[in-house]
Amino acid sequence: MVSRFKEALDSGKFVITSEVAPPKGTNLEKFLHHIDLLKDRVDAINITDHQSSVMRFPSLGGALAVVEKGGEAIMQMTCRDRNRMALEADLLFAYTRGIRNVLCLTGDAVPVGDHKEAMGVFDLDSLQLLKTIHQMMDGQDLGGNNLDGAVEFCAGAIVTPEAQPIEPQLIKFEKKVEVGAEFFQTQAIYDLDNFTKFMDYARKFKTPILAGIVLLSSARMARYMTENVPGIFVPQDLIDELTGVPKEEMLAKGIEIAGRTIAALKKDAICGGVHIMAIGREEAVPDIMAAAGL
Amino acid sequence: MKSITKQKSIEDIQEGLKGLDRIFVVGCGTCTTMTKTGGIEQVEEMKERLQEMGKRVTGSTVIPTACDDMTEVAMKENEQFIRSADAILSMSCALGVHRMNLYINKPVIPAVDTLFIAVEETPGYFREACAQCGQCLLGQTAGICPLTACHKGLVNGPCGGTNNGKCEVDKDKDCAWTLIYNRLKEQGRLDLMRQYQPPRNHHIVPKPRAVKIT
Repeated sequence: MVSRFKEALDSGKFVITSEVAPPKGTNLEKFLHHIDLLKDRVDAINITDHQSSVMRFPSLGGALAVVEKGGEAIMQMTCRDRNRMALEADLLFAYTRGIRNVLCLTGDAVPVGDHKEAMGVFDLDSLQLLKTIHQMMDGQDLGGNNLDGAVEFCAGAIVTPEAQPIEPQLIKFEKKVEVGAEFFQTQAIYDLDNFTKFMDYARKFKTPILAGIVLLSSARMARYMTENVPGIFVPQDLIDELTGVPKEEMLAKGIEIAGRTIAALKKDAICGGVHIMAIGREEAVPDIMAAAGL
Repeated sequence: MKSITKQKSIEDIQEGLKGLDRIFVVGCGTCTTMTKTGGIEQVEEMKERLQEMGKRVTGSTVIPTACDDMTEVAMKENEQFIRSADAILSMSCALGVHRMNLYINKPVIPAVDTLFIAVEETPGYFREACAQCGQCLLGQTAGICPLTACHKGLVNGPCGGTNNGKCEVDKDKDCAWTLIYNRLKEQGRLDLMRQYQPPRNHHIVPKPRAVKIT
Protein backbone atom coordinates (compact mmCIF):
# COMPACT_ATOMS: atom_id res chain seq x y z
CA MET A 1 0.00 0.00 0.00
CA VAL A 2 1.54 3.29 -1.08
CA SER A 3 0.82 6.79 0.08
CA ARG A 4 -2.17 8.17 -1.83
CA PHE A 5 -1.10 11.62 -0.67
CA LYS A 6 2.33 11.08 -2.25
CA GLU A 7 0.61 10.03 -5.48
CA ALA A 8 -1.42 13.24 -5.39
CA LEU A 9 1.78 15.27 -4.87
CA ASP A 10 3.47 13.49 -7.77
CA SER A 11 0.47 13.92 -10.06
CA GLY A 12 1.09 17.65 -10.31
CA LYS A 13 -2.51 18.47 -9.31
CA PHE A 14 -3.33 21.26 -6.88
CA VAL A 15 -3.24 19.27 -3.63
CA ILE A 16 -5.65 19.99 -0.77
CA THR A 17 -5.01 18.90 2.79
CA SER A 18 -6.88 19.85 5.92
CA GLU A 19 -6.51 19.28 9.59
CA VAL A 20 -8.45 17.82 12.49
CA ALA A 21 -7.46 18.07 16.14
CA PRO A 22 -8.07 15.11 18.46
CA PRO A 23 -10.22 15.80 21.52
CA LYS A 24 -9.19 16.24 25.10
CA GLY A 25 -10.81 13.09 26.42
CA THR A 26 -12.26 9.89 25.08
CA ASN A 27 -15.38 11.28 23.46
CA LEU A 28 -14.43 10.96 19.80
CA GLU A 29 -17.84 11.76 18.35
CA LYS A 30 -17.12 15.24 17.02
CA PHE A 31 -13.60 14.28 15.95
CA LEU A 32 -14.84 11.29 13.93
CA HIS A 33 -17.61 13.44 12.45
CA HIS A 34 -15.00 15.91 11.21
CA ILE A 35 -12.99 13.08 9.65
CA ASP A 36 -16.16 11.85 7.89
CA LEU A 37 -16.83 15.37 6.68
CA LEU A 38 -13.37 15.79 5.14
CA LYS A 39 -11.99 12.39 4.17
CA ASP A 40 -13.47 12.28 0.67
CA ARG A 41 -13.07 15.99 0.02
CA VAL A 42 -9.33 16.43 0.59
CA ASP A 43 -6.18 14.54 -0.42
CA ALA A 44 -5.13 13.99 3.18
CA ILE A 45 -6.08 14.97 6.71
CA ASN A 46 -3.45 16.10 9.20
CA ILE A 47 -3.95 14.91 12.75
CA THR A 48 -2.32 17.30 15.18
CA ASP A 49 -0.01 16.15 17.96
CA HIS A 50 -0.90 17.88 21.25
CA GLN A 51 -1.00 21.18 19.38
CA SER A 52 0.07 24.24 21.37
CA SER A 53 1.47 21.76 23.92
CA VAL A 54 -2.04 20.94 25.16
CA MET A 55 -2.41 17.27 26.11
CA ARG A 56 -5.01 15.45 24.01
CA PHE A 57 -5.89 12.12 22.39
CA PRO A 58 -2.74 11.13 20.47
CA SER A 59 -2.08 11.92 16.81
CA LEU A 60 -1.20 8.26 16.26
CA GLY A 61 -4.67 7.16 17.40
CA GLY A 62 -6.29 9.95 15.43
CA ALA A 63 -4.40 9.07 12.23
CA LEU A 64 -5.42 5.44 12.72
CA ALA A 65 -9.06 6.53 12.90
CA VAL A 66 -8.67 8.31 9.54
CA VAL A 67 -7.17 5.18 7.96
CA GLU A 68 -9.90 2.97 9.44
CA LYS A 69 -12.47 5.21 7.79
CA GLY A 70 -10.74 4.84 4.44
CA GLY A 71 -9.18 8.31 4.49
CA GLU A 72 -5.58 9.37 3.97
CA ALA A 73 -3.86 10.55 7.14
CA ILE A 74 -0.84 12.74 7.74
CA MET A 75 0.29 11.94 11.25
CA GLN A 76 1.86 14.98 12.86
CA MET A 77 4.77 14.06 15.05
CA THR A 78 6.51 16.49 17.38
CA CYS A 79 9.79 15.91 19.18
CA ARG A 80 8.55 17.50 22.40
CA ASP A 81 7.07 14.50 24.22
CA ARG A 82 8.96 11.39 23.11
CA ASN A 83 12.59 10.40 22.98
CA ARG A 84 14.04 8.76 19.87
CA MET A 85 13.07 5.24 20.95
CA ALA A 86 9.43 6.17 21.52
CA LEU A 87 9.26 8.05 18.21
CA GLU A 88 10.75 5.11 16.32
CA ALA A 89 8.39 2.64 18.00
CA ASP A 90 5.36 4.77 17.12
CA LEU A 91 6.57 4.95 13.51
CA LEU A 92 6.80 1.15 13.36
CA PHE A 93 3.28 0.81 14.74
CA ALA A 94 1.90 3.54 12.46
CA TYR A 95 3.31 1.82 9.40
CA THR A 96 1.83 -1.56 10.28
CA ARG A 97 -1.59 0.06 10.64
CA GLY A 98 -1.64 1.77 7.26
CA ILE A 99 -0.44 5.26 8.13
CA ARG A 100 1.77 6.39 5.25
CA ASN A 101 2.45 10.10 5.84
CA VAL A 102 4.23 11.90 8.64
CA LEU A 103 4.70 15.61 9.26
CA CYS A 104 7.86 16.16 11.31
CA LEU A 105 7.75 19.07 13.74
CA THR A 106 9.95 20.26 16.57
CA GLY A 107 6.84 20.98 18.65
CA ASP A 108 5.76 24.02 20.63
CA ALA A 109 7.49 24.70 23.92
CA VAL A 110 6.00 23.04 27.00
CA PRO A 111 5.35 26.28 28.96
CA VAL A 112 2.92 27.62 26.31
CA GLY A 113 0.61 24.64 26.92
CA ASP A 114 -1.47 23.16 29.73
CA HIS A 115 1.15 20.92 31.40
CA LYS A 116 3.54 23.67 32.30
CA GLU A 117 5.74 21.61 34.59
CA ALA A 118 6.25 18.71 32.16
CA MET A 119 9.65 17.89 30.74
CA GLY A 120 10.25 19.01 27.16
CA VAL A 121 12.10 16.08 25.60
CA PHE A 122 13.56 17.34 22.28
CA ASP A 123 15.90 14.34 22.12
CA LEU A 124 15.59 14.80 18.35
CA ASP A 125 14.63 17.90 16.37
CA SER A 126 12.46 18.04 13.25
CA LEU A 127 15.47 17.56 10.95
CA GLN A 128 16.83 14.62 12.88
CA LEU A 129 13.35 13.06 12.91
CA LEU A 130 13.11 13.40 9.11
CA LYS A 131 16.50 11.76 8.76
CA THR A 132 15.50 9.02 11.21
CA ILE A 133 12.47 8.18 9.07
CA HIS A 134 14.69 7.84 6.00
CA GLN A 135 17.08 5.61 7.92
CA MET A 136 14.14 3.44 9.03
CA MET A 137 12.94 3.31 5.43
CA ASP A 138 16.39 1.91 4.61
CA GLY A 139 15.79 -0.79 7.22
CA GLN A 140 17.82 0.55 10.10
CA ASP A 141 16.99 2.16 13.46
CA LEU A 142 18.89 5.00 15.13
CA GLY A 143 20.89 2.53 17.18
CA GLY A 144 22.29 1.20 13.89
CA ASN A 145 20.39 -2.08 14.18
CA ASN A 146 18.62 -3.76 11.30
CA LEU A 147 14.83 -3.73 11.35
CA ASP A 148 12.93 -6.92 10.66
CA GLY A 149 10.62 -5.16 8.22
CA ALA A 150 11.22 -1.55 7.26
CA VAL A 151 8.78 1.37 7.09
CA GLU A 152 7.64 3.40 4.09
CA PHE A 153 6.48 6.94 4.68
CA CYS A 154 6.02 10.15 2.79
CA ALA A 155 7.69 12.45 5.34
CA GLY A 156 7.31 16.18 5.26
CA ALA A 157 8.02 19.24 7.32
CA ILE A 158 6.89 22.79 7.90
CA VAL A 159 8.24 26.20 6.98
CA THR A 160 7.23 29.68 8.14
CA PRO A 161 7.36 32.12 5.21
CA GLU A 162 6.53 35.08 7.47
CA ALA A 163 9.25 34.35 10.06
CA GLN A 164 11.20 37.41 11.16
CA PRO A 165 14.08 37.37 10.44
CA ILE A 166 13.55 35.03 7.50
CA GLU A 167 17.16 34.05 6.72
CA PRO A 168 17.74 31.58 9.63
CA GLN A 169 14.36 29.99 8.78
CA LEU A 170 15.40 29.53 5.14
CA ILE A 171 18.67 27.85 6.15
CA LYS A 172 16.64 25.36 8.18
CA PHE A 173 14.21 24.92 5.27
CA GLU A 174 17.11 24.03 2.97
CA LYS A 175 18.49 21.59 5.54
CA LYS A 176 15.06 19.92 5.66
CA VAL A 177 15.11 19.59 1.86
CA GLU A 178 18.60 18.09 2.05
CA VAL A 179 17.58 15.40 4.56
CA GLY A 180 14.70 14.36 2.34
CA ALA A 181 11.53 16.30 3.17
CA GLU A 182 9.05 15.26 0.49
CA PHE A 183 6.57 18.07 1.08
CA PHE A 184 6.15 21.23 3.10
CA GLN A 185 3.07 22.64 4.77
CA THR A 186 3.49 26.27 5.74
CA GLN A 187 2.44 28.29 8.73
CA ALA A 188 -0.59 30.45 7.91
CA ILE A 189 -0.02 32.92 5.09
CA TYR A 190 -2.22 35.95 4.32
CA ASP A 191 0.13 38.30 2.51
CA LEU A 192 0.15 36.93 -1.04
CA ASP A 193 2.90 39.26 -2.23
CA ASN A 194 5.26 38.07 0.47
CA PHE A 195 4.29 34.43 -0.08
CA THR A 196 4.86 34.80 -3.83
CA LYS A 197 8.32 36.17 -3.06
CA PHE A 198 8.97 33.19 -0.77
CA MET A 199 7.82 30.81 -3.51
CA ASP A 200 10.09 32.46 -6.07
CA TYR A 201 12.93 31.40 -3.79
CA ALA A 202 11.52 28.02 -2.65
CA ARG A 203 10.37 26.73 -6.06
CA LYS A 204 13.88 25.88 -7.18
CA PHE A 205 14.12 23.17 -4.53
CA LYS A 206 11.34 21.25 -6.32
CA THR A 207 9.74 20.01 -3.10
CA PRO A 208 5.95 20.55 -3.17
CA ILE A 209 4.77 23.32 -0.87
CA LEU A 210 1.24 23.52 0.47
CA ALA A 211 0.36 27.02 1.64
CA GLY A 212 -1.16 27.20 5.12
CA ILE A 213 -4.66 28.69 5.08
CA VAL A 214 -6.01 29.45 8.54
CA LEU A 215 -9.65 30.54 8.61
CA LEU A 216 -10.10 34.01 10.08
CA SER A 217 -13.34 33.64 12.02
CA SER A 218 -13.44 37.21 13.39
CA ALA A 219 -11.55 40.50 13.34
CA ARG A 220 -10.54 39.88 16.94
CA MET A 221 -8.97 36.54 16.04
CA ALA A 222 -7.11 38.13 13.12
CA ARG A 223 -5.71 40.84 15.37
CA TYR A 224 -4.80 38.34 18.06
CA MET A 225 -2.92 36.12 15.62
CA THR A 226 -0.96 38.88 14.00
CA GLU A 227 0.01 40.31 17.38
CA ASN A 228 0.68 37.11 19.29
CA VAL A 229 1.36 34.09 17.10
CA PRO A 230 4.99 33.78 15.96
CA GLY A 231 5.31 33.66 12.17
CA ILE A 232 1.78 34.91 11.39
CA PHE A 233 1.15 38.26 9.78
CA VAL A 234 -2.38 39.36 8.87
CA PRO A 235 -2.29 42.48 6.66
CA GLN A 236 -4.31 45.44 7.94
CA ASP A 237 -6.60 45.47 4.87
CA LEU A 238 -7.85 41.97 5.75
CA ILE A 239 -8.48 43.01 9.36
CA ASP A 240 -10.35 46.09 8.07
CA GLU A 241 -12.38 43.91 5.73
CA LEU A 242 -13.48 41.75 8.67
CA THR A 243 -14.14 44.77 10.88
CA GLY A 244 -16.30 46.24 8.11
CA VAL A 245 -19.00 43.57 8.36
CA PRO A 246 -21.49 42.93 11.19
CA LYS A 247 -20.27 40.43 13.81
CA GLU A 248 -22.62 37.68 12.62
CA GLU A 249 -21.23 37.92 9.10
CA MET A 250 -17.55 37.80 10.07
CA LEU A 251 -17.25 34.03 9.71
CA ALA A 252 -18.73 34.18 6.21
CA LYS A 253 -16.27 36.96 5.38
CA GLY A 254 -13.40 34.82 6.73
CA ILE A 255 -14.55 31.93 4.54
CA GLU A 256 -14.66 34.29 1.55
CA ILE A 257 -11.11 35.54 2.28
CA ALA A 258 -9.77 31.98 2.63
CA GLY A 259 -11.54 30.88 -0.56
CA ARG A 260 -10.29 33.85 -2.54
CA THR A 261 -6.69 33.30 -1.29
CA ILE A 262 -6.79 29.65 -2.36
CA ALA A 263 -8.27 30.57 -5.75
CA ALA A 264 -5.49 33.09 -6.34
CA LEU A 265 -2.78 30.59 -5.38
CA LYS A 266 -4.27 28.02 -7.72
CA LYS A 267 -4.93 30.37 -10.62
CA ASP A 268 -1.37 31.61 -10.78
CA ALA A 269 0.12 28.20 -9.87
CA ILE A 270 2.03 29.89 -7.07
CA CYS A 271 2.44 26.69 -5.04
CA GLY A 272 1.60 22.99 -5.16
CA GLY A 273 -1.54 23.19 -3.07
CA VAL A 274 -2.98 24.34 0.22
CA HIS A 275 -3.33 23.09 3.75
CA ILE A 276 -6.61 24.36 5.22
CA MET A 277 -6.74 24.80 8.99
CA ALA A 278 -10.16 25.78 10.30
CA ILE A 279 -9.11 25.39 13.98
CA GLY A 280 -12.31 24.20 15.64
CA ARG A 281 -14.55 25.21 12.73
CA GLU A 282 -13.93 22.17 10.54
CA GLU A 283 -17.57 22.34 9.39
CA ALA A 284 -16.51 25.40 7.38
CA VAL A 285 -13.85 23.59 5.32
CA PRO A 286 -16.25 22.46 2.56
CA ASP A 287 -17.55 26.06 2.37
CA ILE A 288 -13.98 27.38 2.04
CA MET A 289 -13.35 24.89 -0.75
CA ALA A 290 -16.57 25.92 -2.48
CA ALA A 291 -15.60 29.57 -2.15
CA ALA A 292 -12.26 28.70 -3.76
CA GLY A 293 -14.04 27.01 -6.63
CA LEU A 294 -12.54 23.63 -5.82
CA MET B 1 31.29 30.72 37.08
CA LYS B 2 28.62 31.12 39.73
CA SER B 3 26.06 28.83 41.22
CA ILE B 4 22.72 30.67 41.02
CA THR B 5 20.34 30.07 43.89
CA LYS B 6 16.95 31.22 45.11
CA GLN B 7 15.90 31.25 48.74
CA LYS B 8 13.16 28.75 49.55
CA SER B 9 9.92 30.13 50.97
CA ILE B 10 9.86 30.51 54.73
CA GLU B 11 7.08 27.89 54.84
CA ASP B 12 9.30 25.37 53.01
CA ILE B 13 12.19 26.14 55.35
CA GLN B 14 9.90 25.67 58.35
CA GLU B 15 8.71 22.35 56.93
CA GLY B 16 12.32 21.23 56.34
CA LEU B 17 13.16 22.02 59.97
CA LYS B 18 10.11 20.28 61.44
CA GLY B 19 11.07 18.57 64.69
CA LEU B 20 14.53 20.17 64.64
CA ASP B 21 14.70 22.93 67.25
CA ARG B 22 18.34 23.87 67.65
CA ILE B 23 19.81 25.21 64.42
CA PHE B 24 23.29 26.21 63.25
CA VAL B 25 23.21 28.45 60.15
CA VAL B 26 25.87 28.34 57.41
CA GLY B 27 26.22 30.87 54.58
CA CYS B 28 28.73 31.08 51.75
CA GLY B 29 31.04 33.98 50.96
CA THR B 30 31.12 33.29 47.24
CA CYS B 31 28.07 32.52 45.07
CA THR B 32 25.23 33.00 47.55
CA THR B 33 26.87 36.23 48.75
CA MET B 34 26.99 37.44 45.15
CA THR B 35 23.33 36.52 44.54
CA LYS B 36 22.27 37.84 47.96
CA THR B 37 20.74 34.53 48.98
CA GLY B 38 23.24 33.39 51.62
CA GLY B 39 25.77 36.08 52.51
CA ILE B 40 26.34 37.68 55.94
CA GLU B 41 23.23 39.88 55.71
CA GLN B 42 20.92 37.04 54.66
CA VAL B 43 22.33 34.75 57.37
CA GLU B 44 21.59 37.42 60.01
CA GLU B 45 18.05 37.86 58.64
CA MET B 46 17.53 34.10 58.64
CA LYS B 47 18.60 33.86 62.28
CA GLU B 48 15.86 36.36 63.16
CA ARG B 49 13.27 34.41 61.14
CA LEU B 50 14.30 31.20 62.90
CA GLN B 51 13.91 32.85 66.31
CA GLU B 52 10.45 34.08 65.27
CA MET B 53 9.64 30.47 64.43
CA GLY B 54 10.61 29.54 67.99
CA LYS B 55 13.91 27.89 67.00
CA ARG B 56 17.08 28.23 69.02
CA VAL B 57 20.06 29.39 66.94
CA THR B 58 23.23 27.80 68.34
CA GLY B 59 25.50 29.83 66.08
CA SER B 60 26.32 30.73 62.50
CA THR B 61 29.20 31.16 60.10
CA VAL B 62 29.77 32.29 56.52
CA ILE B 63 32.35 29.98 54.92
CA PRO B 64 34.50 31.83 52.33
CA THR B 65 33.83 29.11 49.72
CA ALA B 66 31.48 26.38 50.92
CA CYS B 67 32.19 23.98 48.04
CA ASP B 68 35.90 23.43 48.75
CA ASP B 69 38.03 22.23 51.69
CA MET B 70 37.48 25.45 53.67
CA THR B 71 34.23 23.80 54.70
CA GLU B 72 36.10 21.19 56.73
CA VAL B 73 38.05 23.92 58.51
CA ALA B 74 34.87 25.88 59.23
CA MET B 75 33.09 22.78 60.53
CA LYS B 76 35.99 22.10 62.92
CA GLU B 77 36.18 25.71 64.12
CA ASN B 78 32.49 25.67 64.97
CA GLU B 79 32.33 22.08 66.15
CA GLN B 80 30.98 22.79 69.65
CA PHE B 81 28.10 24.94 68.32
CA ILE B 82 27.30 22.42 65.62
CA ARG B 83 27.40 19.51 68.07
CA SER B 84 24.82 21.23 70.24
CA ALA B 85 22.51 21.82 67.25
CA ASP B 86 19.89 19.40 65.88
CA ALA B 87 20.65 20.45 62.30
CA ILE B 88 22.54 22.81 60.03
CA LEU B 89 20.52 25.18 57.86
CA SER B 90 22.60 25.72 54.72
CA MET B 91 22.43 28.99 52.83
CA SER B 92 25.10 27.86 50.36
CA CYS B 93 24.28 26.18 47.08
CA ALA B 94 23.80 22.40 46.87
CA LEU B 95 27.55 21.92 46.39
CA GLY B 96 28.08 23.33 49.88
CA VAL B 97 25.36 21.06 51.28
CA HIS B 98 27.23 18.07 49.82
CA ARG B 99 30.49 19.30 51.28
CA MET B 100 29.04 19.82 54.79
CA ASN B 101 27.58 16.32 54.72
CA LEU B 102 31.10 14.93 54.31
CA TYR B 103 32.31 16.27 57.65
CA ILE B 104 29.51 16.12 60.17
CA ASN B 105 26.92 13.60 61.08
CA LYS B 106 24.04 16.08 61.43
CA PRO B 107 21.15 16.75 59.08
CA VAL B 108 22.02 19.56 56.62
CA ILE B 109 18.83 21.26 55.44
CA PRO B 110 19.05 23.54 52.38
CA ALA B 111 17.48 26.99 52.73
CA VAL B 112 18.06 27.74 49.05
CA ASP B 113 17.32 25.99 45.75
CA THR B 114 20.20 25.71 43.30
CA LEU B 115 19.01 26.82 39.87
CA PHE B 116 21.86 26.81 37.36
CA ILE B 117 25.52 27.57 36.79
CA ALA B 118 26.05 31.00 35.26
CA VAL B 119 28.60 33.53 34.12
CA GLU B 120 28.26 37.18 35.14
CA GLU B 121 28.12 38.86 31.73
CA THR B 122 27.58 42.39 32.97
CA PRO B 123 27.51 43.47 36.62
CA GLY B 124 24.59 41.72 38.29
CA TYR B 125 23.47 39.89 35.13
CA PHE B 126 24.05 36.15 35.42
CA ARG B 127 23.36 33.95 32.41
CA GLU B 128 23.49 30.18 32.11
CA ALA B 129 26.23 29.63 29.56
CA CYS B 130 27.03 25.91 29.71
CA ALA B 131 24.95 22.79 30.26
CA GLN B 132 28.05 20.59 30.54
CA CYS B 133 26.76 18.44 27.69
CA GLY B 134 30.12 16.89 26.86
CA GLN B 135 29.94 17.76 23.13
CA CYS B 136 30.95 21.39 22.84
CA LEU B 137 29.40 23.08 19.79
CA LEU B 138 30.56 26.62 20.57
CA GLY B 139 33.09 26.55 17.72
CA GLN B 140 30.26 26.01 15.24
CA THR B 141 27.74 28.35 16.82
CA ALA B 142 29.82 31.51 17.11
CA GLY B 143 30.28 31.07 20.85
CA ILE B 144 26.53 31.01 21.65
CA CYS B 145 25.45 27.72 23.18
CA PRO B 146 22.24 26.39 21.58
CA LEU B 147 21.74 24.04 24.49
CA THR B 148 21.48 26.76 27.09
CA ALA B 149 20.45 29.77 24.98
CA CYS B 150 17.62 27.96 23.08
CA HIS B 151 14.63 26.93 25.21
CA LYS B 152 14.41 23.61 23.34
CA GLY B 153 18.16 23.08 23.07
CA LEU B 154 17.89 22.81 19.27
CA VAL B 155 21.13 22.23 17.39
CA ASN B 156 19.98 22.51 13.76
CA GLY B 157 18.52 26.00 13.57
CA PRO B 158 15.50 27.92 14.86
CA CYS B 159 12.04 26.49 15.49
CA GLY B 160 8.85 28.08 14.19
CA GLY B 161 8.30 29.82 17.50
CA THR B 162 10.94 32.45 16.88
CA ASN B 163 9.42 35.92 16.51
CA ASN B 164 11.32 39.07 15.61
CA GLY B 165 14.43 37.61 17.17
CA LYS B 166 12.64 36.65 20.40
CA CYS B 167 11.62 33.30 21.89
CA GLU B 168 8.04 31.94 21.93
CA VAL B 169 8.42 31.16 25.62
CA ASP B 170 9.22 34.72 26.68
CA LYS B 171 9.12 37.86 24.53
CA ASP B 172 11.95 39.32 26.60
CA LYS B 173 14.30 36.46 25.78
CA ASP B 174 16.41 36.42 22.63
CA CYS B 175 16.06 33.60 20.10
CA ALA B 176 19.41 31.80 20.31
CA TRP B 177 19.37 30.95 16.62
CA THR B 178 18.81 34.56 15.58
CA LEU B 179 21.87 35.48 17.67
CA ILE B 180 23.88 32.60 16.23
CA TYR B 181 22.83 33.51 12.68
CA ASN B 182 23.77 37.16 13.13
CA ARG B 183 27.17 36.42 14.62
CA LEU B 184 28.06 33.69 12.09
CA LYS B 185 27.04 36.07 9.31
CA GLU B 186 29.33 38.77 10.71
CA GLN B 187 32.15 36.26 10.81
CA GLY B 188 31.44 35.06 7.28
CA ARG B 189 30.90 31.54 8.59
CA LEU B 190 27.21 30.86 7.80
CA ASP B 191 28.20 27.59 6.15
CA LEU B 192 28.53 26.20 9.70
CA MET B 193 24.82 26.74 10.28
CA ARG B 194 24.03 24.80 7.11
CA GLN B 195 25.73 21.68 8.44
CA TYR B 196 23.49 18.91 9.72
CA GLN B 197 24.02 18.20 13.42
CA PRO B 198 23.23 14.59 14.38
CA PRO B 199 21.26 13.61 17.50
CA ARG B 200 23.25 14.12 20.68
CA ASN B 201 24.78 11.39 22.79
CA HIS B 202 23.24 11.79 26.25
CA HIS B 203 25.68 9.35 27.83
CA ILE B 204 29.15 10.65 27.02
CA VAL B 205 29.86 10.29 30.72
CA PRO B 206 27.06 8.06 32.02
CA LYS B 207 25.43 9.11 35.27
CA PRO B 208 26.40 8.98 38.09
CA ARG B 209 29.30 11.09 36.91
CA ALA B 210 32.70 11.38 38.54
CA VAL B 211 36.27 11.57 37.38
CA LYS B 212 39.61 10.96 39.09
CA ILE B 213 42.45 13.21 37.93
CA THR B 214 45.87 11.74 38.61
